Amino acid sequence: MLALCAVALLALPWIIGSEFYVNMASQVLIYALFALSINMMLGYGGMVSLGHAAYLGIAGYACILATLAGYNQLLAAMFGIALSTAAAALFGVLSLRAPGLGFVMITLALGQIVWGIAYRANDLTGGDNGIRHPARPMPFGMDIRDAPSFYYFTLAVFAIALVCIWRFARSPLGASVMGARDQPRRMRMLGHHVWLVRWITFVMAGFWGSVAGVLYVYYNLFLSPHAMSLQQSAEILLMAILGGASTLTGPILGAAIITLVKNVISTYVERWNTLLGMIFVLVIVFMPHGLVPGCRQLWQRMRGREGAHTAIGAAPERAQ
Amino acid sequence: MSPPALAVAHLSKRFGGLPAARDVSLTVMAGERRLIIGPNGAGKTTLFNLITGDLSADGGSARLFGQELIGMPTQQRVHLGLARTYQILTLFPRERLIHNVVLALLGLDRRRWNPWSILLAKHDLYDAARAALDSVGLGGSAERVVSETSYGERRRLELAMALAQKPKVLLLDEPLAGLSQGERQTVRALLESIPRDVTIVMIEHDMDTALALAERITVLHYGEVIVEGTRAEVVADPRTREVYLGD
Repeated sequence: MLALCAVALLALPWIIGSEFYVNMASQVLIYALFALSINMMLGYGGMVSLGHAAYLGIAGYACILATLAGYNQLLAAMFGIALSTAAAALFGVLSLRAPGLGFVMITLALGQIVWGIAYRANDLTGGDNGIRHPARPMPFGMDIRDAPSFYYFTLAVFAIALVCIWRFARSPLGASVMGARDQPRRMRMLGHHVWLVRWITFVMAGFWGSVAGVLYVYYNLFLSPHAMSLQQSAEILLMAILGGASTLTGPILGAAIITLVKNVISTYVERWNTLLGMIFVLVIVFMPHGLVPGCRQLWQRMRGREGAHTAIGAAPERAQ
Repeated sequence: MSPPALAVAHLSKRFGGLPAARDVSLTVMAGERRLIIGPNGAGKTTLFNLITGDLSADGGSARLFGQELIGMPTQQRVHLGLARTYQILTLFPRERLIHNVVLALLGLDRRRWNPWSILLAKHDLYDAARAALDSVGLGGSAERVVSETSYGERRRLELAMALAQKPKVLLLDEPLAGLSQGERQTVRALLESIPRDVTIVMIEHDMDTALALAERITVLHYGEVIVEGTRAEVVADPRTREVYLGD
């Protein structure tokens, strides 16, 4: 199954052909990475953040400004990611002081502060008009200006991130953060440093969110405060919830659905926002844990029923 | 002379105007089996919560083998050799029994910070977890999910998690609560089999089992220690009979 997905993703530019849809696939991968990053906090850590888009913005702006200041693209990208991850480390210290709703509110406030700075600092960020990135980089001398090349570049980064996040989810640290999500008091009494485990997860999520931010800038060659707005944070959260938080594939599926509805269905359906809302409500009503866990349950139920039919059918044979 | 396993001195805690622990002092020697009794609301679980750090104390001290615990984070107390079970089961119900014990072992293992290695590949942890489950008679249920087990099995799992950590001092909060007669016998045998290098402080309402296990008994009432002594002394004390035995 995994090999099939990998082959399909590698062959995608040839399969779909159209440049528009190849670009769309790149966009899906960027949002999928962003949704995977927030899912590290939401799904594995039980931490609902409404300020995650701030990392996309900080990494993006820092990357553009460093490039404009004359640094090479690699250094600029690393600077953007490092600065944004440092911001995540600080935001983690501030927001993890409060549990539950307090945490949500602090992340929201921090996200809004970053958005406000980007909006007001005209000289630096171009304010509401945004700021342009001069050009896509040439990683290892490869030209990624055209749609298929950029898709492969994004796919490579996405694959690295996916492996890292997959390993995290199955690692001792991943088990600790999931334990802290379910029984924080018990985890403390088992010797786990719950706060530190959550903070590390928060910072790691910020790191991958920052990587998505740099990819976002390379894709659009432009960044405005809109990219780090509350709506963006909420949308990323919805991607993870729609697909199924706490699963690895759920946020990817959620990102694909929402990105496609926003960019493709919206050209045919005027009220695409309503459609998106309806999809979300239907999924949550019928599959409260999201699409991936819901479909998995459905599949297991069907197999169970099939198994029961087989058993009933097999009974006379056994009797014979 | 080695310090006591657990030395609580003048420990106090108030919830608003209500004193939950009033100047509580008790000394438990290494290897001792201590029973804490008292009517509901006497402050027994509060005392445990103060010792473990689940609650912060208003004043007083609690020392584990001479090391001050008050002001120390809970997880650090665990690393010093403190373990506990809860009156209300606190497990990971969606996980397998073995994963619950692995989490307990991981809590004291440096590898818990590793974000890259695969937990399932840590065979030594899983072997140790299996051994801990075996010791409480749950070896055959290691792969079952907690939510599919009986209450008695969950109680034993709590014990397995605590024992897997090889604690120096084990706090047991009503380990027999809610168990059938048969399960009580099993858990009682388990408690009796715990080696002497583990000091046990136990809250229990099943007086037959508790009195059979305990060497010294502390009676709490309204957050205060009112009687302390050997089984015979405590049972014979009129204050015990008045507040607890209802005589």
